[in-house]
Amino acid sequence: MVRLFGLGAGLVFVIALLWGAVQPREAVVPDPVKAIHLHPEQVKFSHDGAMGVFGTFDRAQLQRGYQVYKEVCSACHGLERVAFRNLQDIGFSAEEVRALARAKEVPSIDPRTGEPSTRPALPADRIPGPFINEVQARAANNNALPPDLSLIVKARHDGQNYVYSLLTGYDRPVPAGHDVPPGLNFNPYFHSVNIAMARPLQDDQITYADGTKATTDQMARDVTTFLRWAAEPELEKRRQIGVASVIFLTILSFLAFLTYRKVWANIPH
Amino acid sequence: MSFSWANQYQPQNPFMQWVDSRLPLPRLVYNAVGAGYPVPRNINYMYNFGVLAGVALMVQIITGIVLAMHFSAHIDTAFDSVEHIMRDVNSGWMLRYMHMNGASFFFIVVYFHIFRGLYYGSYKAPREVVWMLGVVIFLLMMATAFMGYVLPWGQMSFWGAQVITSLFSAIPLVGEAIRTWLVGGFAPDNATLTRFFSLHYVLPFVILGVVILKIWALHIPGSTNPTGVDVQGPQDTLPFHPYFTAKDFFTLCLYLLIFAAIVFFAPNFLGHPDNYIPANNLSTPALIVPEWYFWPFYAILRAFTVDFLFVPAKLWGVIAMFASILLLFFLPWLDSSRVKSTAYRPMYRIWFWVLVVDVIILAWVGGAPAAEPYVRISQLASAYYFAHFLILLPLLSMIEKPLPMPNSIAESVLAKVQKKGGNTAGLTAPVAPGAVAAPAE
Repeated sequence: MVRLFGLGAGLVFVIALLWGAVQPREAVVPDPVKAIHLHPEQVKFSHDGAMGVFGTFDRAQLQRGYQVYKEVCSACHGLERVAFRNLQDIGFSAEEVRALARAKEVPSIDPRTGEPSTRPALPADRIPGPFINEVQARAANNNALPPDLSLIVKARHDGQNYVYSLLTGYDRPVPAGHDVPPGLNFNPYFHSVNIAMARPLQDDQITYADGTKATTDQMARDVTTFLRWAAEPELEKRRQIGVASVIFLTILSFLAFLTYRKVWANIPH
Repeated sequence: MSFSWANQYQPQNPFMQWVDSRLPLPRLVYNAVGAGYPVPRNINYMYNFGVLAGVALMVQIITGIVLAMHFSAHIDTAFDSVEHIMRDVNSGWMLRYMHMNGASFFFIVVYFHIFRGLYYGSYKAPREVVWMLGVVIFLLMMATAFMGYVLPWGQMSFWGAQVITSLFSAIPLVGEAIRTWLVGGFAPDNATLTRFFSLHYVLPFVILGVVILKIWALHIPGSTNPTGVDVQGPQDTLPFHPYFTAKDFFTLCLYLLIFAAIVFFAPNFLGHPDNYIPANNLSTPALIVPEWYFWPFYAILRAFTVDFLFVPAKLWGVIAMFASILLLFFLPWLDSSRVKSTAYRPMYRIWFWVLVVDVIILAWVGGAPAAEPYVRISQLASAYYFAHFLILLPLLSMIEKPLPMPNSIAESVLAKVQKKGGNTAGLTAPVAPGAVAAPAE
């Protein structure tokens, strides 16, 4: 009975599916953007050592990256999940962090009147963004919304290479036949290849405190490294525990295997 | 337990005697996972995935309980609280990556476990209830995993919830009302998140309960084995402890090794980047895909593109997706072959591996965009899936000539060992209960 019913149900499903499979398909309209769009360039970063899974951040590079963020990106992009105190992880001293925080104002309440006001930020505060809300952000950016950068490296496919490629992808020539709408810029690494953000990095735009030459490529690498840290502040610790765990479990597996062999010695199976 | 030669619990320690005579919990453990449970001596490594699935469930429950202490089930704060766990909670990133990847690993071992059951006929009499409880666990796991994926309230969480709950709207007449009732509104919102959190917390304990029932049911006939021949006497079995505890511990270490490598070196490899973007009901992702372990079923759902027999395509997809899992309940009766092990079924063996490849193809097209050639491949692969279980399997049982089988497990082991020129002393002499066990030093 089950088999008979099953046979009937099976035939119905199979016929319905095959009937669908033999239907003619609508002609696919080729998407011109797909032909122009590029997959991120594969870049080697100093913190992704052997096999791309080991390695630690270069503190000087992280600080340069923070400088690029602070002097360039932060004009439009927030970094709302990173607190000033977190900057100690990239090599700033507690005193430097306090000074960095003090330079920014954050919303507060006047303790005497109860009126909304501002106060200098403390190390425990999150880094304040450039806009108070989305409406203000869009109003200032021709209705485009600059995304928060705290998670950008994790929130894009092949994120690290994507951020670097996007930042350095503005000098590509516009392919013939492709019209860039007014107010947008051509960048083949962006999903729609027309991006609202204008080219953010130019050679020698900033002066690095450590004397490194600020080429577009250098700044893009530095800020990408910084954003990788911002997205995965646990990265170094994670890899460190990972190496210890893998070594421990490899030895334990080996011992467990020997135990298994010992227990099963002379047991036919 | 049902084997007369099983070791009996005889506590030597006066304290254990005292406990055993008042609350026989040590006896229960001894009979369930100790020396009191005889297991076929010839089971291979494929039989280790059941224990691994149990461990995976416990890892999910333990990490999940701690994560729930830091999670905030509200649409305004859920995403932030997950990032709080990742950045501010001590080792929070480790807990969350373990939980996130633990779900994937749970499904990986369960898929191995299911295909092992299919290969060795573990669903056949007298283990039908064991198999059906397993299908219940699988369904509960899918519901739990789906609701868990919604909790971080990222883009894929939100749009995944939107797509999956809208499946119910395909039901004629009452579909829309059911969907509204399930979601708690006309679209996923705070009411959805809070109920999913509540259910996501409770369902794993329901799974645990069904797991206990399943182990209980399993211990009546005991495990199958690669020969498919029933256990006949003490020469066919070994006590669970120390033999299979030692073997399970070894594979557990290997499992944890692979798990650690993913958790610590590639924790987002199995995830989708869009779920690191907070949910936005005004911005639809370019491609909405569920987690990888749903891809075969997602492929079946989307494979129906035309209305057929006055039933709309969408409803066909929903019926077929549920049918593709529910048909597993009927497997013990669809396959009427008395031969359990596929090793002795020359025709079914070929179709078994075709099914494995078919499910892998379904997974591949399930994660791909709904465009050609993926749609047509998914239609053909889905057609094979149903044909395999509902047409081929019943027919094969009728026409197939099984290969000659060994008379007993001991005989097959003896033949194997003699071929290798090994020691067969443990098998040739009649053995006293449990005496096969050479004491482990």
